[in-house]
Amino acid sequence: MTVYYTEEHEWISVQGDIVFVELPEAGRQVSKGGEAAVVESVKAASDVFAPVDGEVTEPNSALGDDPSLVNTDPEGEGWFFKLRLSDPSQLQGLMDADSYKAFADSQ
Amino acid sequence: MSEGPEVTLPLDGWHRAQGARMVEFAGYSMPIQYEGIIAEHRWTRASAGLFDVSHMGQLIVAGAEAEKGLESLLPADLAILKDGRLRYSLLLNDEGGIVDDLMATRRGDHFYVVVNGATKAGDIAYLEERLPRGVVLDHMKEQALLALQGPKAVDVLARLAPGVERLGFMTGGAFTLGGAPVWISRSGYTGEDGFEISLPSGRAEAIAELLAGQEEVKPIGLGARDSLRLEAGLPLYGHDLDPETTPIEADLGFAISKRRRAEGGFAGWHRIFREIEEGPVRRRVGLAVEGGQPVREGAAVVDSDGDEVGKVTSGGFSPMLEAPIAMAYVPAASAEPGTEIRLVQRGKIFQAKVALMPFVPHRYHRKGAA
Repeated sequence: MTVYYTEEHEWISVQGDIVFVELPEAGRQVSKGGEAAVVESVKAASDVFAPVDGEVTEPNSALGDDPSLVNTDPEGEGWFFKLRLSDPSQLQGLMDADSYKAFADSQ
Repeated sequence: MSEGPEVTLPLDGWHRAQGARMVEFAGYSMPIQYEGIIAEHRWTRASAGLFDVSHMGQLIVAGAEAEKGLESLLPADLAILKDGRLRYSLLLNDEGGIVDDLMATRRGDHFYVVVNGATKAGDIAYLEERLPRGVVLDHMKEQALLALQGPKAVDVLARLAPGVERLGFMTGGAFTLGGAPVWISRSGYTGEDGFEISLPSGRAEAIAELLAGQEEVKPIGLGARDSLRLEAGLPLYGHDLDPETTPIEADLGFAISKRRRAEGGFAGWHRIFREIEEGPVRRRVGLAVEGGQPVREGAAVVDSDGDEVGKVTSGGFSPMLEAPIAMAYVPAASAEPGTEIRLVQRGKIFQAKVALMPFVPHRYHRKGAA
């Protein structure tokens, strides 16, 4: 599986320990760059933006019991939601792991 | 907030060397966190945390009329305050609103007053305008301020400054620490036992290094300072307190001493006296928020019709209770513990209950107590 990244990564470094995640319900339409979820730390709340257009098919209910999965396993058990893509070609605009690393290093 | 460049405090380089993430606060660059807010918070409650609060204003109020002058602006009974003892008090305006909250210590022939960093310039201007001629106000810009807080703070500090263990809560004295002359009081802003240490700026780095080098101690950032004081039920000026809010509304009636209640004679007394007699319209309360999602400062308190009747002034997640907690102003009729409160944040409704504060019990070292 290829992992895709967006340039909107700053919440993970700014937020620190995640104590709550507000997830979209299944069936909700989200649009690229629009608010899709909220992550809450001790101190502040931040929006998580949808990387592409689509319909939410499944929010990750495991985050309700253990929001810290976002910190401990962000690319595994800490996923936010699954999307059915409206426009698969939008994936071309995202970065793969190598380009993301280069992008993150440049920040 | 100031638009100018951030000012550097004496421990700036030290914080960065400890891996702190720095943010702008009260016009200064300050450490928000080191290893993480929750870890730092729990470390402070279990062991001892070192806080740099050098942004706060340390003032000397001296002169024959210092006591009388301060009593005209503070509702504290300074006349009965013994040497080396401190009081939490409030700087008031003529409408009874809170200009700042502060700690005042009688120290020999003068008072040592610690005020908030973000408000110190305004406080100094107000004091200079209102204190009688002959009262001398000195802003001790050359002093840094550290706090060592937590159940093991006394073990650490007694090792380095013998005698501090004999201080009771809200008393202070002059000591030598790391070879420097310091003023240490048994006080703080976390609800834990602990100390605040006023020291010469030039020695701040060596003393921070000495304290942080003790195995019980870790440096703690402003993030955990805020979550600790929220659990302790302690208001934060500029958020839970402001010039439109009176001590009675803020549930700080304890800061109005018995004699001052009877005699008055301080700024805003008429309104405060009326609120003591008739009760305030609104009151600061603690809230236990249902569900897991924190409700933040600025969220609305609404009535059953959805109309706004109050505001959340501090809100976050309690690392000890592992639940969201908040402070809010609610109508006086809704201020009883257990009352159901409805909140709205970003269009979403939250249920909460008025909770007794502190949320986490205080563990101050009171003389005479076990």
